[in-house]
Amino acid sequence: MTKFAAELNFFEMDKKAATLYLENGTEFKGYVFGYDAPADGEVVFSTAMVGYPESLTDPSYSGQILCVTYPLVGNYGVPEKTSENGISKYFESEHIHVRGLVISDYSFNYSHWNAAESLDRWLKEEKIPGIYGIDTRELTKILRDNGSMLGTIVPEGEKPRFPLYDPNAENQVALVSCKEVIRYGHGNKKVVLVDCGVKHNILRCLVKRDVELIRVPWDYDFNTMEYDGLFISNGPGNPEFCNITVEHIREAMKKDKPIFGICMGNQLLSKAAGASTFKLKYGHRSHNQPVRMAGTDRCFITSQNHGFAVDGSSLGKDWEPLFVNMNDGTNEGIRHKDKPFFSAQFHPEASSGPTDTEFLFDEFISLL
Amino acid sequence: MESGIDKNIKKVVVLGSGALKIGEAGEFDYSGSQALKALREEGIETILINPNIATVQTSEGIADKIYFLPVTPFFVEKVIAREKPQGILLAFGGQTALNCGVKLYKAGIFEKYGLKVLGTPVQAIIDTEDRELFVERLDQIGVKTIKSIATENIESAVKAAEELGYPVILRAAYALGGLGSGFCDNREELLELAEKAFSFSPQVLVEKSLKGWKEIEYEVVRDRFDNCITVCNMENFDPLGIHTGESIVVAPSQTLTNEEYHMLRELAIKIVRHIGIVGECNVQYAFDPSSTDYRVIEVNARLSRSSALASKATGYPLAFVAAKLGLGYGLFELKNSVTKTTPAFFEPALDYIVCKIPRWDLSKFHGVSRKIGSSMKSVGEVMAIGRSFEEAIQKGLRMIGQGAHGFVANKEFTVPDIEEALKEPMDNRIFVISKAMNAGYTVDRIHELTKIDKWFLDKLENIVKTGKRLMEEGRQFSDGTKEITNSSDICSRELLLEAKKQGFSDFQIGRLLFDDRFDMDDASAIVRRYRKTLGIVPCVKQIDTLAAEFPAQTNYLYLTYNGDFNDVRYAGDRRSVIVLGSGAYRIGSSVEFDWCSVNALQTIRNLGWRGVMINYNPETVSTDYDMCDRLYFDELTFERVMDIYELENPHGVVVSVGGQIPNNLALKLDKSGVPILGTSAEDIDRAEDRNKFSSIVDELGIDQPKWKELTTFEDVDRFVEEVGFPVLVRPSYVLSGAAMNVCYNRADLEDFLKLAAQVSKKHPVVISEFIQGAKEIEFDAVADGGEVLAYAISEHVEFAGVHSGDATIQFPPQKLYVETVRRIKKIAKKIAGALHISGPFNIQFLAKNNQIKVIECNLRASRSFPFVSKVLKINLIELATKVMMGEKPRAPHKSAFDLDYVGVKASQFSFSRLQQADPVLGVDMASTGEVGCIGDTFDEALIKSILSVGYDIPKKSILISSGDAKQKAEMLGATELLVKHGYDIYATAGTYKYLEENGVDCKRVLWPSEAENPSENDKGLPGALDMLQHRKIDLVINITKNFSRAEISNGYLIRRAATDLNIPLITNARLATAFIRAFCELPLEKIEIKSWDEY
Repeated sequence: MTKFAAELNFFEMDKKAATLYLENGTEFKGYVFGYDAPADGEVVFSTAMVGYPESLTDPSYSGQILCVTYPLVGNYGVPEKTSENGISKYFESEHIHVRGLVISDYSFNYSHWNAAESLDRWLKEEKIPGIYGIDTRELTKILRDNGSMLGTIVPEGEKPRFPLYDPNAENQVALVSCKEVIRYGHGNKKVVLVDCGVKHNILRCLVKRDVELIRVPWDYDFNTMEYDGLFISNGPGNPEFCNITVEHIREAMKKDKPIFGICMGNQLLSKAAGASTFKLKYGHRSHNQPVRMAGTDRCFITSQNHGFAVDGSSLGKDWEPLFVNMNDGTNEGIRHKDKPFFSAQFHPEASSGPTDTEFLFDEFISLL
Repeated sequence: MESGIDKNIKKVVVLGSGALKIGEAGEFDYSGSQALKALREEGIETILINPNIATVQTSEGIADKIYFLPVTPFFVEKVIAREKPQGILLAFGGQTALNCGVKLYKAGIFEKYGLKVLGTPVQAIIDTEDRELFVERLDQIGVKTIKSIATENIESAVKAAEELGYPVILRAAYALGGLGSGFCDNREELLELAEKAFSFSPQVLVEKSLKGWKEIEYEVVRDRFDNCITVCNMENFDPLGIHTGESIVVAPSQTLTNEEYHMLRELAIKIVRHIGIVGECNVQYAFDPSSTDYRVIEVNARLSRSSALASKATGYPLAFVAAKLGLGYGLFELKNSVTKTTPAFFEPALDYIVCKIPRWDLSKFHGVSRKIGSSMKSVGEVMAIGRSFEEAIQKGLRMIGQGAHGFVANKEFTVPDIEEALKEPMDNRIFVISKAMNAGYTVDRIHELTKIDKWFLDKLENIVKTGKRLMEEGRQFSDGTKEITNSSDICSRELLLEAKKQGFSDFQIGRLLFDDRFDMDDASAIVRRYRKTLGIVPCVKQIDTLAAEFPAQTNYLYLTYNGDFNDVRYAGDRRSVIVLGSGAYRIGSSVEFDWCSVNALQTIRNLGWRGVMINYNPETVSTDYDMCDRLYFDELTFERVMDIYELENPHGVVVSVGGQIPNNLALKLDKSGVPILGTSAEDIDRAEDRNKFSSIVDELGIDQPKWKELTTFEDVDRFVEEVGFPVLVRPSYVLSGAAMNVCYNRADLEDFLKLAAQVSKKHPVVISEFIQGAKEIEFDAVADGGEVLAYAISEHVEFAGVHSGDATIQFPPQKLYVETVRRIKKIAKKIAGALHISGPFNIQFLAKNNQIKVIECNLRASRSFPFVSKVLKINLIELATKVMMGEKPRAPHKSAFDLDYVGVKASQFSFSRLQQADPVLGVDMASTGEVGCIGDTFDEALIKSILSVGYDIPKKSILISSGDAKQKAEMLGATELLVKHGYDIYATAGTYKYLEENGVDCKRVLWPSEAENPSENDKGLPGALDMLQHRKIDLVINITKNFSRAEISNGYLIRRAATDLNIPLITNARLATAFIRAFCELPLEKIEIKSWDEY
């Protein structure tokens, strides 16, 4: 049976006004939903049209206020928080990682067979403020033209508190990484996964390919361990904070065991390979980023969520680009010319987003 | 693989879709035009075959050569043999082009002429079209299809249904828009439907019904390098069971989770790769509302109605890209035509919702079933864009142009049984939901009855609730606590803003607040004035394919209240000109007005002005953002046009090229200070208003049929006594004679008046004398300052009484007296002068024995403008636009009006889709499209055009029932000719007797009523219906005695059987005679194959 909840009746409810302030002085008026409290962080936008439960729990959004450009949000509610063998079934982590949510039109009533509650209630539970009724297109244009900037959602009756929280001043990876080693799955091959803020679908994608997965904290020295392959996960923020991880990767490269990195993993592998990274003006956050496999006619639509990118021209002579972004030409992945090391800036595990590049997991497994 | 295109391809044939019909409409003009543009850009010579003369694609400068010929294997092969092209495109002309292409392929024609099919290979097309092959192909990759059993006869269909268990759905293979398809709950229903389905196709599929599942579509693009994207997905508001062409559709999907969305996306790509599509393709799914179970319904290996919608919904030019891919490009080599910097390999991100709503015209047909289901009946559609579902659907419901103001605050209508109406949807289903909500039905209950997802219903309920709050707020006025003055605050700001965000129009708000105490215009004006003082105005947003991620200079715009800032900056230099488009295609207003709009825009731009378009029809070329400097994909209501006018500050507005919708706005816009270009609004009104026009005509001493505007039955009686029956009855201010009828007696008249009175209170019923046996003549022209610059006189083949939109028209006239023509020109000049016409206009005349009467005059472009412009090779719209822009163009040289060839325009009917409708022609228009063909003689042009609208030249047997004595006499010569040419004539009793008496050899067949209970004498004679069912008849000529609605039964049964069994039917004696003479005198092989420019 389709569940349907009229938890909140829009018309009987008193709308509470709220304001979104940006650090450049711009203000947007809207209404409170979710948790009724102020929120601050770096305001970023995503043009994905589906997948708010996945996006909100993606640790890569740590420290950020997410503006969803698709105006209708909340339509299908939020699924149950079940997990199987320590991996969340429907979410990308155990908790919401955005600090705030900015949307245009909220669906107070949802409709989906798999929904357990509304987005509004979930945000309340997780103490995450939301604001709706915002001209998200205009906000996106401002972020696009001026770059991502700090901002704060402030409910009526309160004043914005400065200075605003700046996620770039803090090691976000350390905040979201696991604190101890966790093991998943069974299989002949052992894969060490360096958790910089791993999305659960990466865990699912690896475990379902029959490997024993050892998830280690971001700064853990995994070189002491025996493994068949090394995986470096996605994660939030600036890769500069993860120099220790880069050191570990550099050490691991000496062993010639296969290495596969995603998103932050691409940036850390690149740094280990001697390349540099830089902050994109407003990042890539969407489900429609086109990438081309370097030197081929093969193109893929990818899911992306990153604010930093690898400077492709700074790669050492043993390395080459694996994928290139077809919109802006930025690097989307690298590979070693001889050794089984490769990475992707986008998200082959998708969730949310298109599944075109999941085959990269197969390639990694086949190298083990 | 090497990239780039095949350099050997220098000349390409493109097949068009022919006349507009239900299931195959203007979307193929759009896709064909885009394909031609893509080819021309590469320097490839293009040859277009399309008899639809009113399309943009068959205009100068779009294709290099145009053949106005039927899209059938016979004619296409002739063109191929003549033109010797290297390539052919089959995917841009709908099912007509695809079917023709498959036939040519199977006949080895492509091989014979060394022709390369560009894009999707024909075998892949066959794989998707043949149901069994299709299932087999998808089985190979483990993709689930609807379990169906192919049957070749009725018995095996019954067996299959019993095996699968009822309810089942029947589908005729190779049929577009679900023709011959439907649901059967039991054996009886199956038997009935199966017979019909087999008449369309030798193969009928029986499938398990998945009624109530969601219906989801994906538009997929693939290049020859195997790169795939899905440009758009769409979700049907109505669950499975209602044809997607009959359903409200939203894009993107609204009720799918990420997992579901991407599961179906991944499957779509897998399917498209496996089948081997190169270009564009549509994948339709049935999707379980309570799990992730799915079935693939079908795959369309061609551009479709959905792909046109997806193009307009996203800004991604699917047809253009598909054509380029067909030439061999990779998606990575093409650019996003909106951003111009990013590649075409990407998937659009929308930051709005679009809502497509079908438009039906079922009230135009006698006897048609109004139920909607698995076969398509709608004649057009609209697309509304908003940033909330409420906003989009309310906009859309106004756009369909059937008197609705939105989801609520509409005129009351009665539904005898709401529950039944929810369960068995008819064309008014969305309004039944509104009614149910007002009657207290809960979302849950409505969901149970309709299976529409609760998300949609809940959003609709939001609208109802806001409506109630407005009514609540309005109580202060009705109970007298508050007076409405110019400065009074009529409503809280918050509520007003909320209502506008939910798409309420000023009128809806006014009606809910003031409860009809003001007339519509005043109520709207009060609300408008008030909300503007509060700063509640819409903002303009761009459609940029990337949700603002990248800067885009796109001119593709819509208005919304769910936003605070404009995306566009206005120059305010008054160098723009707004052209109002035609709105939804409907019976009486179709692609011809799109052609007019596009040509007006082109002329405006060529003259150095910015052309701005307002239109909301996704099936048009005028809503292609390449066609203008700015496109507002938005409403053509007074409110919205004023919103845009206030933003644009244009030089002026053109209201005379988009048909009746813009024409009707003229006076109101003018009163609000909007400069109307061309003929003044006041003069437009003098032509539109019967009284005013009639007195002008009287003053000028021009004859007109006697008429009177009447309000009481006593007056009616008195008037009818004076003029005598039959009389023509109609309300004023209509385009194609909605609810217009001929009444032959008092009973008819009384009956009809009850209906007509409901049509419009403001405009009383008009009764006119109906002249029988008169010729009808069209005068299409352009005048400047009251001086006629150019004109085209064309003549109907049928006598007056057949609506001008249904009539077969010959141009130049072939059988008019010189004196008649001279008089018509004289009268037209007088009228043009009296109405100070500056721009396009059309006058309709009746002529009998050189007596000329004026029937009506429209100070706007008419349906026949593209036809006469193209036959004459003088673009009347270009000329008219120059006039309206004050260019003072010179009149074309007189010799330009002498033609040594003939154009014939024929009408396309879609009766086969309109179950139970009587396929007979009358004063109310019934055709859905038209073609226009050119020939060296009338006969040649007539044959080409009649074959283009789906007729075949009969092989052997013709069934004739030739109406009353006069008509019988008229048909006699033609019937003799048939016999002379070896045809077997079958005739019903009266006709048989008449033919026998006149020595014409024929066989008698029984009327259905005679066959039911044959007398002793009649025993052994074949029944007409029986002969039709056994396909022993190749052509049915069934002339009705008069246009009285009482004439049904026998005639109706034969006409309907012919229609249902897909046997050509002609119901007009003059047309039948002309057609018979033409095909008897001119064998098919002797028809000249000549392109437009060769005439």
